[in-house]
Amino acid sequence: MACTKAEEAPGGGAAARNPVVICRCEDITLDEVRDLIASGYTTMDEIKRITRCGMGPCQGRTCRQLVLAEIAKATGKDMANISPPRFRPPAKPVRLGGAVAAAAPDVERGEGDGRE
Amino acid sequence: MAVNRRADAVVIGGGVVGASIAYHLARRGFGRIALVERSYLASGSTGRCGAGVRQQWGTRLNCLLARESVRMFERMEDELGYDRSIEFKQGGYLLLAYTDREMNQFVKNVELEQSLGIPASLLTPAEARAIVPMLNAGDVLCATYCPTDGHANPFHVTYAYVGAARRLGVEVMTFTEVKGIVVENGRVARVVCDRGVIDTGVVVNAAGPYSGLVARMAGVEIPFWAERHQILVTEPVEPVLRPMVMSFSRRIYCQQTPHGSFIMGMADPNEQPGFSTESSWKFLVEMAREITRVLPPVGDLKVVRQWAGLYDMTPDAHPILGATPVEGFYLACGFSGHGFMLAPVTGRLISEIICDEKPSIDITGLDLGRFERGELVVEPSVV
Ligand SMILES: Cc1cc2nc3c(=O)[nH]c(=O)nc-3n(C[C@H](O)[C@H](O)[C@H](O)COP(=O)(O)OP(=O)(O)OC[C@H]3O[C@@H](n4cnc5c(N)ncnc54)[C@H](O)[C@@H]3O)c2cc1C
Repeated sequence: MACTKAEEAPGGGAAARNPVVICRCEDITLDEVRDLIASGYTTMDEIKRITRCGMGPCQGRTCRQLVLAEIAKATGKDMANISPPRFRPPAKPVRLGGAVAAAAPDVERGEGDGRE
Repeated sequence: MAVNRRADAVVIGGGVVGASIAYHLARRGFGRIALVERSYLASGSTGRCGAGVRQQWGTRLNCLLARESVRMFERMEDELGYDRSIEFKQGGYLLLAYTDREMNQFVKNVELEQSLGIPASLLTPAEARAIVPMLNAGDVLCATYCPTDGHANPFHVTYAYVGAARRLGVEVMTFTEVKGIVVENGRVARVVCDRGVIDTGVVVNAAGPYSGLVARMAGVEIPFWAERHQILVTEPVEPVLRPMVMSFSRRIYCQQTPHGSFIMGMADPNEQPGFSTESSWKFLVEMAREITRVLPPVGDLKVVRQWAGLYDMTPDAHPILGATPVEGFYLACGFSGHGFMLAPVTGRLISEIICDEKPSIDITGLDLGRFERGELVVEPSVV
C-alpha cells in the first residue's frame, strides 16, 4: 500500500525519497509511480488516470516508455505485452480561439469578440 | 488469478456504477461478491465522463436521487477510507437559458427543486455574471444556480469504491469478459466468462453502454442504445471558473477542475446510435465556437486532449433500476449521460433491493416494466 511506504519516510512523502521526475508536464516522480505499481495498479492506463502522468501537453511522449518499463520490471512481463495508452488528438495543443478561426474564417471574422 | 467457482452475487461492469454496487452489497454482508470487468477499472464511460454532479433536474425522481448522491459524495472519502482525494469540488452549477421555452422550464424546475430542499435559485443575467465574471451574458435570458452542485474525479471515485469493496472481501476480476449468462427455470444460474464459469444466483448488469448486450445474454430485452459524446480538456491555468456552466439549448457544459484544466463537452443532435469512440475535428471546432461565445476568455486556452465516450440512453433519459422477469437478474443501466452522479445512490438502492430491504428512495417507477406499461418519466433538462 502507498500509505505504508510513505510511513517509511516520515514527513517526506514520495518526492523526498527519490525526486526523479519522470513526467515533466505533471511533476510526477518515479517513486510515486513505483508506489502505485506496488499497490496493485499495474496498467499504464490506471497509473495515467490516478497521477495524470502522461496527460499533460506532451501526452506522455517522455514518461510512457519509462512507466511501461517500470511496470515490466515489477510484473516480470515483457514490455511488448503491456498495452500503452492511446495518443489522443490533437497531436499538438491548439488554442480554442484558433480552432474557431481556422475552421470558418469567413463566417467567424467580424463576429464575437474579435479574437484572431 | 483463479476464477471463482461460486459467488453469491456477480456484478458485471467495473465502472463507477458496478463499483458502487459491489461495495454496497459487501457492506450489507451479502456474502461472496465478484466484480467482473473486461478491461481495466473505469475504462468505459466512467473514465471518459465530465463527472459533473448536479441536483437541478426537471423530475422529482432525478432531483431526489441526485440530492442523495451529493450527500454521499460529501462523506465519501471518510466512508470509504480513501487515502487520496476524490476531488469533489462543490462550486455549483450555473444553467443558462437562451429561449423562452427554457426559461419557463427553469422556473418550474427551481420550484420543484426548492420544494425538495435543493438550494437552487433563479438568477438574472447580471446575477449570473456576478458568479461567473467571464460570462458573456448578452443573450442570456435567465439562469439557475445551485451552490452545492459540483464535480469529482471519476477515476478516484471508482478506485475509492473498489478499494473499499476489496477490503470487504469483494473479488475484483479485471480483464475478464462475460460471454454468457445461463438462466435455468427462469432463474439466473451462472455467468460464463472468458476465463471460467461462476455459479451464482444473483447477477447485476452494470455494463454501461453494453448493458443491452449483457441483458440479451440473459434473454432480457431493454429499450436502450449507446450514443457517442465528445469532450476535451485544456492546459491547466489558475482557478478562474467556480461553477460548472451549462446550456441545454446550446448543448454544452464547461467546468474548471481542481487541477486547473478546463473540461468541456457538447452534444451532437445528429449523432447516430453506435459504439464508436472516435474523436472528430468537427467536434473541436463546434465546441470551440460555442464556448468562446458563452465564455469568451476561454478562447485563449490550449486544448491538450480530446476524446469520446458513450452515453447509455433510454427513451425517457432515466435509468433502468431493479429486478427483471428473470429471477436474480438486476439492471442498473440506462443512465443517459448522468450515471456518474447517480452512482453512489444507485449502489445503495440496488443493494437494498437485492437484500430484500425497502429501498430508501421509492424507485418503483424506474423499473424495466415502465416501458411496457407506457409510464415513462421524461426528463426535460439534459445535454
Ligand atoms: C463525454 C461524456 C460526459 C459525461 N458527463 C457526465 C457528467 O458530467 N455527469 C454524469 O453524472 N455522467 C456523465 N456521463 C455519463 C457517465 O459517464 C455514465 O453514465 C457512467 O459513467 C456510467 O457508469 P457505468 O459504470 O454504468 O458504465 P461504464 O463506466 O461504461 O462501465 C461499464 C463497464 O462494463 C464493462 N463491460 C461491458 N461489457 C462487459 C462484459 N461483457 N463483461 C465484462 N465487463 C463488461 C465495460 O468495460 C465498462 O468498464 C458522461 C458520459 C460521457 C461519455
